[in-house]
Amino acid sequence: MLNIEHTRLTSAIAMICMLIFPLTLFASESAVKYVAITAIVEHPALDNVRKGVEDELKDNGYIAGENLKLHYQSAQGSSANAAQIAKQFVASKPDVIVGIGTPSSQALAATSKTIPIIFTAVTDPVIAKLTPSWGASKTNVTGVSDALSLETQIEIMLKIKPDIKTIGYVYSPGEINSTIVLKQLQDMLASKEIKIIAAPAQRTSDIPTAAKSLKGKVDIIYTTTDNNVVSAYESLVKVANESKLPLIASDPASAQRGAIAALGMSYYDLGRQAGKIVIRILRGEKPGDIPPQVGNVTQLVINTKAAQKQGVILSDEILNMAAEIIEK
Amino acid sequence: MSFEFFLGSLEIGLIYALVSLGVFISFRLLDFPDLTADGSFPLGGAICGLCLYTGIDPWIATLFGTLGGCIAGMITGWLYVKLNILQLLSSIIVMIGLYSINLRILGLAPYIMEETTRMAGSPNLSLLDAKTIFSPFINADYTNQYIVQPLMVLGFVLILWWLLNCFLNTQKGLALRATGTNARMARAQGIPTGGITILGMAISNGLIALGGSLFIQTQGGADITIGVGTIVIGLASIIIGESIFPAKRMWVVLLSVIFGSILYRLFIAIALGNELLQNVGIGTEDLNLITAILVVLALVLPKQLKKWAHKRGRSA
Repeated sequence: MLNIEHTRLTSAIAMICMLIFPLTLFASESAVKYVAITAIVEHPALDNVRKGVEDELKDNGYIAGENLKLHYQSAQGSSANAAQIAKQFVASKPDVIVGIGTPSSQALAATSKTIPIIFTAVTDPVIAKLTPSWGASKTNVTGVSDALSLETQIEIMLKIKPDIKTIGYVYSPGEINSTIVLKQLQDMLASKEIKIIAAPAQRTSDIPTAAKSLKGKVDIIYTTTDNNVVSAYESLVKVANESKLPLIASDPASAQRGAIAALGMSYYDLGRQAGKIVIRILRGEKPGDIPPQVGNVTQLVINTKAAQKQGVILSDEILNMAAEIIEK
Repeated sequence: MSFEFFLGSLEIGLIYALVSLGVFISFRLLDFPDLTADGSFPLGGAICGLCLYTGIDPWIATLFGTLGGCIAGMITGWLYVKLNILQLLSSIIVMIGLYSINLRILGLAPYIMEETTRMAGSPNLSLLDAKTIFSPFINADYTNQYIVQPLMVLGFVLILWWLLNCFLNTQKGLALRATGTNARMARAQGIPTGGITILGMAISNGLIALGGSLFIQTQGGADITIGVGTIVIGLASIIIGESIFPAKRMWVVLLSVIFGSILYRLFIAIALGNELLQNVGIGTEDLNLITAILVVLALVLPKQLKKWAHKRGRSA
């Protein structure tokens, strides 16, 4: 009996040693600047944001490993991990923390009121309550939104197909950014003679069904930077080609994958823009004095082959507007 | 790992200890493979978030969140007991249904507060400026947050541990344990196993939803994605706890489940905070793998040590 108790104790001690030992190796230097970046999940667009931030720092003389300590962690899609990462970052007291995506940024803002927090890839920081308004927040939070001007998006759609009566919108209801865009579109189109039909797809495998349900009901399909939709864009393109439904996207990469046009933000440049704010803060500015910004690099990409497949004849006007024309 | 980060991990571990206790009731005591957790955790968060957003007292909001989970659990139990749908299937049905319901609940708050004219669902509800059960005790600049939150959550866990232990030793509690061990025998003894199963599922999912309610109050927002993988975290915590602290008496078993959840979070903390690992090129993309390996170690190591000590004991 005593022996068993003893073993249990030994194993418990062994476990605790195993836990504590690697943790004591955590070292910190105070002379170098320390920037921590966290994203809710690994994903091409979000990874580009991170790369943008890192490159902007590098180009301004903040070299990781020399005068900059750079720390990146992804929550692997788990909110519990996002919460834990937020706590870890705040506890390690960096000079700036960058939050990529809404849940990660919220977790950071809920954990610190003093460490500067820069959000990116958040569509509406005011609805997300990260900042009280679009003015300087006077708090420790500021950042760059990826909101697109929907007026311009609709203009492009009308230039491609001038007689639009109904727009179809394929999106996942589980993503805050996509639902915000839907609401804004509904509000905006209410005054115009255009209707919008939303086709929710909860999983990537639901996208073809959602798209097919729009056949015969809409004149055009519009997609935003929805993670699910973007990751399975080919399945949407297939339906669009078969049903002769023009497909308009809002990230340039989707035009390469088969949308007729995409007027979108470059997520790499979004990261660069966030990086500029990070640098301003490293040089002594207060986040509360910097108003949140909207990503300012957009480009129009046109895919002529896709237009052909989806039964649209492109005007010279739109072709002249394009920053890039894809013909394959 | 700094003390502050340690406490932060402890806090999340304690919140998920409530989830583990809930999963323990369904999975171990009732022998009911229940996936409702992935829906009832965010359900608790969504209801609690809705109440907080509309200015209802945070303690009442937490209670409503918990009750929401109880109802979800009762529906799962009812589908199985009354409609004879397979256990796993009835829990999956409720989990899937809850996804849409949660979206609706999260979208309801801005509509009630007349911030939007449309009653549409939403995947995220920000609670960054809402009053929570923690906020009266936290400084304006959050400097004592890392102490206050874990302590309060610890209070919750200790109270529920004690309540659960008391309950499981009552007539009803013993009936619940008997139902899970051998339903046919329990029925022969005159235990209404159907009703007991529904009760057990209500308690189980109530605990999980309470976890969700506390989680969103520390997280700054209720998001539809917080439910993903809840059941996996709960099960892993139970298995770690049982393997490292094997016990027979109910109060110790429940305690080991709580410790399991804390240990699981400490594993993640190691994977996140270890610079040695990062220097050899291991990053967060390997987080799940590291956790998996550590869980296996936790399962195997105590047995190996016991074997080893046993051998040594014999040779001496």
